Amino acid sequence: MIELLTHKFIILAYIAIILVGFSASYFGVFVVQRRLSFLGNGLAHAAFGGVALGILLDTQPIYIAIPFTILISMIITYFKEKSTLSSDTLIGVFFSLAFALGIVFLSLKENYTTDAFAYLFGSILSINTEDITILGLMAIVTFLTFFKYWARWAYSTFDNELAIADRLPVRRDNYILSILISLIIVLSVKIIGVVLISSYLVLPAAIARLYSRTFFQMTIISIIVGISTGLISIILSVILDLPTSAVIIIFQSIVFLISITLKKN
Amino acid sequence: MKNLLEINHLTVKYGNNTAIWDLSLIIQEGIYVAILGPNGSGKSTLLKAILGLIQPTNGEIKIFGKSIKEIDPKLIGYVPQIKTLDKSFPALAIELVLSGLSKNWVFRTSKKDKIQALKILEQLNSIDIAYRHLSELSGGQLQKIYLARSLVRNPKILLLDEPATGVDFVCETNFNAILNEYAEQNKISILMVTHDWTSAYHHSTHILLMNNHLVYFGPKDNAFTDENIKNTFSHLAHKHKVTFTLKEQD
Repeated sequence: MIELLTHKFIILAYIAIILVGFSASYFGVFVVQRRLSFLGNGLAHAAFGGVALGILLDTQPIYIAIPFTILISMIITYFKEKSTLSSDTLIGVFFSLAFALGIVFLSLKENYTTDAFAYLFGSILSINTEDITILGLMAIVTFLTFFKYWARWAYSTFDNELAIADRLPVRRDNYILSILISLIIVLSVKIIGVVLISSYLVLPAAIARLYSRTFFQMTIISIIVGISTGLISIILSVILDLPTSAVIIIFQSIVFLISITLKKN
Repeated sequence: MKNLLEINHLTVKYGNNTAIWDLSLIIQEGIYVAILGPNGSGKSTLLKAILGLIQPTNGEIKIFGKSIKEIDPKLIGYVPQIKTLDKSFPALAIELVLSGLSKNWVFRTSKKDKIQALKILEQLNSIDIAYRHLSELSGGQLQKIYLARSLVRNPKILLLDEPATGVDFVCETNFNAILNEYAEQNKISILMVTHDWTSAYHHSTHILLMNNHLVYFGPKDNAFTDENIKNTFSHLAHKHKVTFTLKEQD
């Protein structure tokens, strides 16, 4: 068992989950406090449309999925500003559209099922060093945003009007945040899967919220929870021979349920 | 006295709805203006336009002769309606006060800023709640924290949007007393949107009556004429019958 847990592909899985856990849990605090969890869910399904188009075009799916998902995210943000419709209505419309397009793209491609299945439910054990490099770059970008954007995003998350009154470029900052959340979703899709990635954005931050008195504490605790639950879940999934992404979400949900029950009493 | 705030022919429209129509006024340093009018009469919109939150459809607003975009936002202190607070956001009272200084939500702060924030909380008798979580504070306590946040930056003009909403009478009286004392000591101008006419009369020096347009702006003693009251509460569809009795408070 020890030998299996230290095998090369498992080591790559540990590194991947540290990188994804760091970025997703960091952006997760903004997703939770800005009530964007449905957007996360919508973008993950939009990413599936992009992946399917990539598969149809016989290219690396991620390179098509990135611009595709960012485009959907920008369209949602644009219409949110321009129309009186609520964001969940717009997300509902565009994520269904992107997902439906994905199904059409796949139906046009022969022998597609295995690839698509991997993206729907994630396959952390099949990642390679190229994936790790991309995730590493994403983690570096995430880390760098802390110095310039964390305080600004936090301020406008707390109160949009106070931030605008203090002349922060809130609109531009929101676009940057949307793009980065779209990116982390797309890049995590191969590992966690379309269906479960939005939970990885929400659960560590939700657990952290229960134990935090400040937003900074929440950010740090969310990152720690995101990385540690991911690592433990990989080990558990190997021991129990269960799909990793499902184990991650089940394990995080159990931690969340225990935390919220303990906090209530 | 110097002109602090100049508003020239300000018009603000939301789609087809006109919130403010051709409003012009000059506010000098050191005066306390209570802004009164019915719901939807453009009172909050006026504050938001001064803050730069809303782009005017027409007209201009100048503070110390400069446009809003050119001035340091620290010149303006703003106390929003406390009901807008997101209580799910994890934050300590002192963090909110510090945001007034840093114009941001910083996780680490200088000792100097912290001392300044604690000093203002002490002045507002709120030092004991500095490290309390925002969700644990009562309406009156929150109101003082927001006030501390706006005063810590030593503003020249203080804008308050119905600060008394959701706050009991004792807290409100206490709040107004603090505000009056601070304004007098520091020679700042106050613009307060309120529904409390008695309190407005008692504490302010000037009254601004509006009903999507300017009805009256001037010293409080000449404000509440029958004509002004009628114009403040009437609209195009029909006239409301309004009786207004003013009681002098001790």
